Amino acid sequence: MNDRVARLRRRSFEATPTLSTERAEIVTRFYRENEGRYPVPVLRALAFRELCERKTIWIGEDELIVGERGPAPKAVPTYPELTCHSVEDLSTLDRRERTRYATSDEAMELYERDIIPYWSGRSMRDRVFARAPQRWLDAYEAGIFTEFMEQRAPGHTALDGEIYRHGLLETKKRIRVRSARLDYLNDPDATRKAEALQAMDVACDAAIVFARRHAELAAKMAQETKDPVRRRELRRIAQVCRRVPAHPPSNLWEAIQTYWFVHLGTVTELNGWDAMNPGHLDQHLRSFYERDLANGTLDREGAKELLSCLWIKFNNHPAPPKVGVTAEESGTYNDFTNINLGGLDRDGADAVSDLSYLLLEVMDEVRLLQPQANVQVSMRTPDRFLKAACRVIRKGLGYPSIFNADEVVAEQVWAGKKVEDAREGGTSGCIETGAFGKEAYFLTGYLNTPKILELALHDGVDPASGKRIGPATGDPRTFASFEDLYAAFEAQLRWFVDVKVQMNQVVESLYARWVPAPFLSVVIRDCVENARDYNDGGARYNTSYIQCCGIGTTTDALSAVRTHVFDAGLKMAVLLRALADDFRGEESLRQLLLNRTPKFGNDDDRADDIMRRIYDSLFRTIDGRPNTRGGHYHLNMLSTTCHVYFGTRVGATPDGRRARMPISDGTSPSQGADRRGPTAVCKSLGKMDQVKSGGTLLNQRFLPQVLEGDTGIDRLADLVRTYFRLGGHHIQFNVVDTETLRDAQRRPEEYRDLLVRVAGYSDYFVDIGRDLQEEIIARTAQASM
Amino acid sequence: MRRGLIFDIRRYSVHDGPGIRTTVFFKGCPLSCWWCHNPESQGRAPFIHYDSERCLRCGSCVEACAESALSMTPAGVVVDGSRCKVDGACAQACPSEARQLVGETWTVEELLVEIERDQIFHDQSGGGVTFSGGEPLLQWGFLLESLRACGRVGIHRTVDTTGFASPRVLMQVAEETDLFLYDLKTLDPVLHRRATGVPLRPILENLERLLEGGARVHVRLPLIPGISDGDEHIERAGVLLAGRSDHSVEAVHLLPFHRAARDKHQRFGVPWRLKDDRPIPPERALALGERLRELGLNVIIGG
Repeated sequence: MNDRVARLRRRSFEATPTLSTERAEIVTRFYRENEGRYPVPVLRALAFRELCERKTIWIGEDELIVGERGPAPKAVPTYPELTCHSVEDLSTLDRRERTRYATSDEAMELYERDIIPYWSGRSMRDRVFARAPQRWLDAYEAGIFTEFMEQRAPGHTALDGEIYRHGLLETKKRIRVRSARLDYLNDPDATRKAEALQAMDVACDAAIVFARRHAELAAKMAQETKDPVRRRELRRIAQVCRRVPAHPPSNLWEAIQTYWFVHLGTVTELNGWDAMNPGHLDQHLRSFYERDLANGTLDREGAKELLSCLWIKFNNHPAPPKVGVTAEESGTYNDFTNINLGGLDRDGADAVSDLSYLLLEVMDEVRLLQPQANVQVSMRTPDRFLKAACRVIRKGLGYPSIFNADEVVAEQVWAGKKVEDAREGGTSGCIETGAFGKEAYFLTGYLNTPKILELALHDGVDPASGKRIGPATGDPRTFASFEDLYAAFEAQLRWFVDVKVQMNQVVESLYARWVPAPFLSVVIRDCVENARDYNDGGARYNTSYIQCCGIGTTTDALSAVRTHVFDAGLKMAVLLRALADDFRGEESLRQLLLNRTPKFGNDDDRADDIMRRIYDSLFRTIDGRPNTRGGHYHLNMLSTTCHVYFGTRVGATPDGRRARMPISDGTSPSQGADRRGPTAVCKSLGKMDQVKSGGTLLNQRFLPQVLEGDTGIDRLADLVRTYFRLGGHHIQFNVVDTETLRDAQRRPEEYRDLLVRVAGYSDYFVDIGRDLQEEIIARTAQASM
Repeated sequence: MRRGLIFDIRRYSVHDGPGIRTTVFFKGCPLSCWWCHNPESQGRAPFIHYDSERCLRCGSCVEACAESALSMTPAGVVVDGSRCKVDGACAQACPSEARQLVGETWTVEELLVEIERDQIFHDQSGGGVTFSGGEPLLQWGFLLESLRACGRVGIHRTVDTTGFASPRVLMQVAEETDLFLYDLKTLDPVLHRRATGVPLRPILENLERLLEGGARVHVRLPLIPGISDGDEHIERAGVLLAGRSDHSVEAVHLLPFHRAARDKHQRFGVPWRLKDDRPIPPERALALGERLRELGLNVIIGG
């Protein structure tokens, strides 16, 4: 890391997130004056242009890549047309301990006076909740599912290489040609299409204006500065910003700035989930990098500096402030940009290049919260690249995560996409699969699978509230067999997925009508060709996902009931009473359920067969339903931090889990349930037919000692390769810190699976004596120095 | 059907031979090294390990015992040794795993099924199975059948041995073994007898036999403070191992002593006899490794 990067990094790291009302003011003023004067898509585009023309432009000291979403780094705008924060919300944001956003008194006054009065009843959040039927509200409040689009717009998307090949002026030409082809005589949708195209055209102008304002500011700053070196840099910045994104980039600097302007455009237009994502950045920038190197205009260090500058830009953009359930399901500053490295090119060849390694180095050196990055590993990926990634993982940053590129392609081909599009696709957000640059894949919300089982164990009545929220599926004390219980679970599942999907359709339609995204539509194929907005089914592929949480907990809970009630004769009434009492006075029963139940993650078919059955039920209930955009529903299997929120809504479960404790995360085994090591976990996960999902998530925790030396790296790489041979989609490693180990000492039962390298062998941390634990904690601290 | 007594099976074992391995720990050992890392393996008979801290005092074990060998006291469960038949019923019944049966009977078929569970990991990594212990050669009949069964399905077989066994048995095992991990505790005969309980000579002679017979051997030198961590000892071992023109050892592993052993002794109530138990500093292991390399040996630090 050179001095410039070190300074930029420190400033980004130290900046405090603050809430900026600038965007809210501009948008609100514009809406007050113009709503009703234009068709909605054009109104949205004009509002975007207004923002690009008026928002404060920021060019910071030392910067080479320029542009901020807010008026300054980490000054976070709000999107009142989506979620209009209440004064209480703002005050909470200002004062809460975690993920705080400093908010001034003036901001709160402004909101009270101007922003709230206008948007009340007009924001998407208000519109969504106003349209929600009672049965949906009941389930939502009980924590059966969440709703992604009640306060953020659809997103989760990433770009392909198109923006580097064609400037926006060329796109405007394409829009003109497409408009000229509109057939008003025969196409009843022609007017609607014309509006969508006009909006996209305005959005292109807006982004060009935005870049030009940066060029003007840089030129002005160049005149004012006394430092001749900085003057040259500022002139270069001005030159770059005059060229892109109007014209296609001609070198690496311009290419990086092109992406950044497109990124800023999409996150200024709307607050889409997961911000924006460059996708396969190493592939997209490779030709520029190689050309600059070949003609001598840039060396490797220079390229690294530019890429580091981009990296830091992401970190300047904490996620816009969330409220309510959304803050709980995704309580982090991280806005989930997840850059893909490696993988396959469009023709199926290995796409690892020197730039892939260079970006691994950038990630390793810059070490910030954002952006996330992952490596895409196919059968064709060289071991050297996988091992280079493993060496970064070993440092305990939690990234890069590792994806199975072949599986990611197979999932998409299975879902009906062209194989070339699938290869240009990858994974965004956490683990979500999509055809980058060509697909609108909406995540619609998490589904609390253990809660659904809880309702099956209570005849459709939520034990937390005593309220009936699901169908009456029978008193479990009368169930004669495990099959009766499973049938009740499936019936509850079908009911709640119906409730969820019905409302999803309403929400998708509301977005298509009220908040189209014309700028996003410009960069996602085939919105121009279809003359339809991204939020209205304009993209080449249109998928809706429901993300199912807690398959580990649900499997273990069902396994426990089968083992102890239906096989060993424990009375269902006794079990239900113990659950209702959260095992008070029943610790030996709880220990029996915890320790003497076949559990998911141990390569034990008694449990894994139940997992397969649940997965199949989820699949059959969700997959293939039509959405409103000409696409279909698919299953997804991630939880972000929602397993913690969902856990607070689920009472004690038959696997011995106490009430309100987190449910299992992603598709990982329940915390502490896997006791047979990582190969057994991989084998269990391998029994899930992952290709039929939009992604699964496997967390593995290791202590640094397990990964020591070349042998540690080799074996980790072998573990990953083998998991992928078994059909795994994703795996990530936590190389844990002292804090976690201290927690493991306090609550050992949740850390049963924590492997530590002791001497010539590995042991489970909680199984070793106290003084050895202390000694290992000391060693870990040394290792992390 | 031949049965063997196994006290643990570990998957994703990465320091007991090449690749990702499944390590099978045989119960029973003729040695009783002061620094033994698996003191629970030494006795040839199974036993019940009791962890009073985990015990809920629920009495499930007392109820489950057909021999009425157990009684509950405020300090925990007490066993009447004259009645206990170590059938494991109490461990089966214990909800919190406070009682555990150390040493379970396995057939060769059962063992093969367990080993083959990770075959895809073995394939990927060039790994396989490692028979360790205890001393696996003590149950040589079961070991031979297990080795043959693994050999028939192409699983790479490593045997981790003290070398203290009858030459005839050892050479039979060698025919079914792809790699030996062979321990040399110390080259001082008097100290060897005192600290391990057995003479050194048969171990050295067996090593010679194995190498003469063309076996692939990695010699493991534990670095035990005050016993085998001296320059002189390492020098002697190095000269002994390097001074062969053919049939040489493939590699030498230096295994620095670790305090984990003491913790395990306490846990299993085995007296700790190693007086000097300071850990070996990593620099020290590196320096000794360097010396062995100078003698032309292929050295691996750690397992």
